[in-house]
Amino acid sequence: MIPRFLSRPSAILPRDGGGEPWLAAVIAVLCFLACLSAVGAVAADRAAQGWAGRLRSEATVQVRPRVNETGAEAAARAAQTLAGVTGVEEAEAMDKETAEALLRPWIGDAILPDLPVPHLVTVRLSREAPASAVTLGRALAEAGVDANVDDHSLWRGEVQRAATRITLLAIAAFLLIASAAAAAIVYATQAGMAAQRGIIATLSLNGATDGRIAGLYQTRYALLAAGAGAVGAAVAMAGVAGLRFLGGADGVTSALPVAWGDVWLLSPCPLLAATVALVAARITALARLRAGG
Amino acid sequence: MPVQPHRAALTDSATDTARLSGVSFGYADSPSVLKGINLTLPSGSFHFLTGPSGAGKSTLLNLLTLATRPTTGQLELFGESAATPTRAAIPAFRRRMGVVFQDFRLLDHLSAFDNVALPLRLAGRKRDDYAADVEEMLDWVGLGDRLNDRPPTLSGGEQQRLAIARAVVTRPELILADEPTGSVDAAMGERLLMLFQSLNRLGTTVLIASHDEALARASGGVLLRLDDGRLTGGEP
Repeated sequence: MIPRFLSRPSAILPRDGGGEPWLAAVIAVLCFLACLSAVGAVAADRAAQGWAGRLRSEATVQVRPRVNETGAEAAARAAQTLAGVTGVEEAEAMDKETAEALLRPWIGDAILPDLPVPHLVTVRLSREAPASAVTLGRALAEAGVDANVDDHSLWRGEVQRAATRITLLAIAAFLLIASAAAAAIVYATQAGMAAQRGIIATLSLNGATDGRIAGLYQTRYALLAAGAGAVGAAVAMAGVAGLRFLGGADGVTSALPVAWGDVWLLSPCPLLAATVALVAARITALARLRAGG
Repeated sequence: MPVQPHRAALTDSATDTARLSGVSFGYADSPSVLKGINLTLPSGSFHFLTGPSGAGKSTLLNLLTLATRPTTGQLELFGESAATPTRAAIPAFRRRMGVVFQDFRLLDHLSAFDNVALPLRLAGRKRDDYAADVEEMLDWVGLGDRLNDRPPTLSGGEQQRLAIARAVVTRPELILADEPTGSVDAAMGERLLMLFQSLNRLGTTVLIASHDEALARASGGVLLRLDDGRLTGGEP
């Protein structure tokens, strides 16, 4: 027989066998959804950063040939000029076939031969210190090349705005899920305290402070939420790991690239769930006790 | 012979455990349950409160446990005003008293050991610090072999003894007991009375509400009578 002083004391509050498994299931599902929204936000941001990075490291120059100069000659001169600009790694005149290949999906073969194909130069910029569109334009003007420089800033801005909106939506979803979890804990705390009114009165008459009684409820629901959060997070982590394993770096789609690090990103979920439950249960219990409940 | 309202000889509030001055209590739209109670419980005193059912004995104990507040009058506990205490102040008063409730108010999901240990746990004491005290107290009330049993498995008398053990395990300054021997046989009633007397000799103030006037007279304490909400008499 284990000596009594070595055994753990029983929980002061009785277990609510009927409702707690359902509450745990709800919290687990909410944590799973919160994990998915977190991974979605991170993946969307990663995709946007990748696209923006690629756009930032490239520029396209459209060249207009001078009189007595072919488009190919003008493009070659522009490429030669740009290759010498600081912040440019490589500049290459695009041949006519390549330019037509880019246009073909949009225009089709029927009218493509009749259209004037623009003379383009693709510029690969330094990732560390890329040359700006102004610098490129000035260099071309000094070399007497009539050209327009597109540094993709318009598209880059759109991509970054889209990524920001997706991140904000994910944060909003996360907060909504946390609020739903808190509401479930508030309801459970109120129901538990109503059912255990006699026990609370006994605790109070034996010298328990409101804080001590609230502490019993906050501990109970924080532990429950931590356990349920761990289950929800574990399922989400397995799902993310499965996507990464089956789909590689792109996951399911290149719009949501998944990284192995995303799996560990979800590990604080049980702690966050416990924190939400602890705060919700404590505030609810104290309010109910002060209201005479 | 008409009886006079009881007034203790000691009037120095610093040496009084409890003092009620002109205390009345009533529920809304109902006649007052207690009417103009003047009562002083000096430190280390032993009082028996008797009276018929409905006389207000339990209500008076509820006032002293701060479960209810007097409608009018002044209440002091341990030298401090307690007529309208804040919620935050109440636990400090209650930790200085042990209460035996008529309905026991045991926690059915806890073992006998954990029920007795409850006020000690709530006061923040550690298990290895209080385990010996709890076991000793359970031995004293004859439940030393029922440590792990839960209240629903105990008889009414055993539950009553368990409730008494819980009330006295903290060695409180004031013990309030509502019919503490109502569910036990005469021999156990005398044994429990001895327990209260032992604690009283150590300086604990005791107030017992009981129908059992024979037990009250045997206690050697001050006898108080409540009739229709009035404290009508007392005799040492």
